[in-house]
Amino acid sequence: MRLEVILPIFIPLIAGTLSVVVWRSTFYQRWIAVLGTAALLASGLWLLSAVRAEGHVVMQMGNWQAPFGITIVADTLSAVMAVLTGLMGLVVAIYSLGSIPASHERFGYYPLMHLLLAGVAGSFLTGDLFNLYVWFEVMLLASFALLTLGGERAQMEGAIKYVTLNLFSSAIFLSSIGLMYGMVGTLNMADIADKLSEVEHTGMVNVLAVMFMVAFGIKAAAFPLFFWLPASYHTPRVAVSALFAGLLTKVGIYALYRMFTLIFNGDVAYTHTILLWSAGFTMVTGVLGAAAQFEFRRILAFHSVSQIGYMILGLALYTPLALIGGLFYVIHHSLVKTCLFLISGLVYRLTGTYELKELGEVYRHRPGIAILFLIAALSLAGIPPLSGFFAKFIIVRAGLEIGAYTLTGIALAVGLLTLFSMIKIWAEVFWKAAPEGMDMERLKAPVNDSHGRFMLTGIGILIAGILLLGFWGQPVIELFEVMAEQLMNPEGYIEAVLGGEQ
Amino acid sequence: MTEVKAKVIKSNTVILHTASLFLLPLQLLFSMFLLLRGHDEPGGGFIAGLVAAGAFVLYLFAHGVDSTRKILRVEPHDLIGAGLLFGVISALPAIFFGQALLTAQWWSFYLVGTEVKLSTVLLFDLGVYLVVMGSILTIVMSLNEAEE
Amino acid sequence: MEHLMAYIIGILFGSAVYMMLRRSIVKLVIGLMILSNAANLLIFTVAGMTRGAPPLIAEGALMPEGAVADPLPQALVLTAIVIAFGVLAFAVVLIHRAYEVVGNDDLDQMKDTDT
Repeated sequence: MRLEVILPIFIPLIAGTLSVVVWRSTFYQRWIAVLGTAALLASGLWLLSAVRAEGHVVMQMGNWQAPFGITIVADTLSAVMAVLTGLMGLVVAIYSLGSIPASHERFGYYPLMHLLLAGVAGSFLTGDLFNLYVWFEVMLLASFALLTLGGERAQMEGAIKYVTLNLFSSAIFLSSIGLMYGMVGTLNMADIADKLSEVEHTGMVNVLAVMFMVAFGIKAAAFPLFFWLPASYHTPRVAVSALFAGLLTKVGIYALYRMFTLIFNGDVAYTHTILLWSAGFTMVTGVLGAAAQFEFRRILAFHSVSQIGYMILGLALYTPLALIGGLFYVIHHSLVKTCLFLISGLVYRLTGTYELKELGEVYRHRPGIAILFLIAALSLAGIPPLSGFFAKFIIVRAGLEIGAYTLTGIALAVGLLTLFSMIKIWAEVFWKAAPEGMDMERLKAPVNDSHGRFMLTGIGILIAGILLLGFWGQPVIELFEVMAEQLMNPEGYIEAVLGGEQ
Repeated sequence: MTEVKAKVIKSNTVILHTASLFLLPLQLLFSMFLLLRGHDEPGGGFIAGLVAAGAFVLYLFAHGVDSTRKILRVEPHDLIGAGLLFGVISALPAIFFGQALLTAQWWSFYLVGTEVKLSTVLLFDLGVYLVVMGSILTIVMSLNEAEE
Repeated sequence: MEHLMAYIIGILFGSAVYMMLRRSIVKLVIGLMILSNAANLLIFTVAGMTRGAPPLIAEGALMPEGAVADPLPQALVLTAIVIAFGVLAFAVVLIHRAYEVVGNDDLDQMKDTDT
């Protein structure tokens, strides 16, 4: 009985349930939101320490042994992602206290947030393919509702694209699960990995690999199926956008990493080459899309797409160093992108607009916020010594080591274009003279209320994380070396799941 | 305003109006039957919840949202909350026996000479029942109220 | 039987995609419904269409008697149906709200958030 591996799923479920029970009182819901996500973070850290000590932590749900029951299993990757879920949850919960309007709170914002976190944590920790599908759907259902909370026209239009594309991907995912079951007769991921090597029909294995790639590629917003993301991520409240950009797309990335290191590791020359080119096109299209935008949140949404490319590139290169780089990028990007979205919300609060053309002079009146933005933006662009530099550096070095010069060149050029977009925001929002008609009184007025403090606390935690990841990255990299080692040698995972009683 | 709305939704047929009054308790009884036989035989929390929700939806079509709320007495939200709570609680007892979460626990006792079996499975089913009923009623009621 | 099912599933997937490519949001939702049914049928067919007794073991026995059906695909399909039900209920509410806000059901009128 290993409680730590189930708690990251169970805590948000309990918190969500309690929030529904007290749905009449936003006061209690707010407290449950903060305490629940803090407990989630703590349980994630507990899990991480257990995984560091033992390698794998396994629990068979309801005492039905693998491969017949549902296995909950954590290796280092899952544990780190669980910690990330807790951290993002806590930050967004604190930020929400100051930014979510009361009408949204009454319509179930907090229960939905907990449900989303439960779905995300479940996806990270499950060891069963169909259970992964169920957690994906839990997460999607919560995200649908969060996306449309408020019911403005842009939200509805964005939601229709988001819902359609994601349901389409779910259908492909479900069909692939069915075909997989027909082929190997099991749904436990470790058991599939074990049995798939004995399957004679390798052509079918590749078909399945590509089907899973398409399904998770849509969820992760990889080229060529990313267009739902820039159409929808900028429409809801900024706390919701931040949670989506920081966590939701990462679940697709995690699923790709899990499937293409554990299960589809036979025909690497075929599958990972497709991933490689998909990664290249994702980076380029995302960053070019962002260059053409003049709305704060849209630029950030398009940049999410381009950064997804780097993470897939790390997987596609498929060396231990590349995996370290790709996964380091996942953590770095979660912190930075969430932070940038939250700052855009703060700027909106001070000025009342997201349009770059209507903004200006924020640096003169709010130098503190400008510095916070600068740290996050430069980190995203990969300026040393911030976290983004190390993430990009490791991936580029891994690319050069195995001679993928074209893709490495693309990665570097995209980094430069990222810097261009970030400088564009900096120049337009913070630096240039205020345009006609901008509400300067509102910008100058002192902000001393609790709302502003909640928002700043959330941003502050993330900035601290970014700086810590940059200046004190050695222990993190060491942890990631263990993680990459486990991913490159899935035998340990298989043995931990199938090896009898825990 | 509310009167106009009620008129639009209220069905004018006397047959449906009267029949729904008799069908509501019958359907609820049937849903309890499905819920309790569901462990070894076809049935269970989900289908029972659907039947129970169907009962109230039929009543809603005949009598309108307001009177349905009145006979339901609780908000559909509360049904969802209570159901989720039951589901979560049913997972917990296994912890105290040192077993994996969600491991089914059975207790049996004798009531007037017959053996009555209680289990966490039943509690979980009850939770599913309430959640399904609550969410369907929430959706149908909000769709109905949106139709002006 | 498998061949017939294969054709049916193919037709269902084809018509689902066709419906999803139409301009009306109502047809979009119908397409999504057909899509989830096609996926469910696919699981059912691929997992092996055998005629068998329910997989229940009699009191005292260790093995079921005779051929039994594989319960897992049925459990998968049932779960998938429940999930599809929840998601589609949401999708219906969504298109209703979208229709109210936008004022018509033409997807071409809903591209403000594209670029």
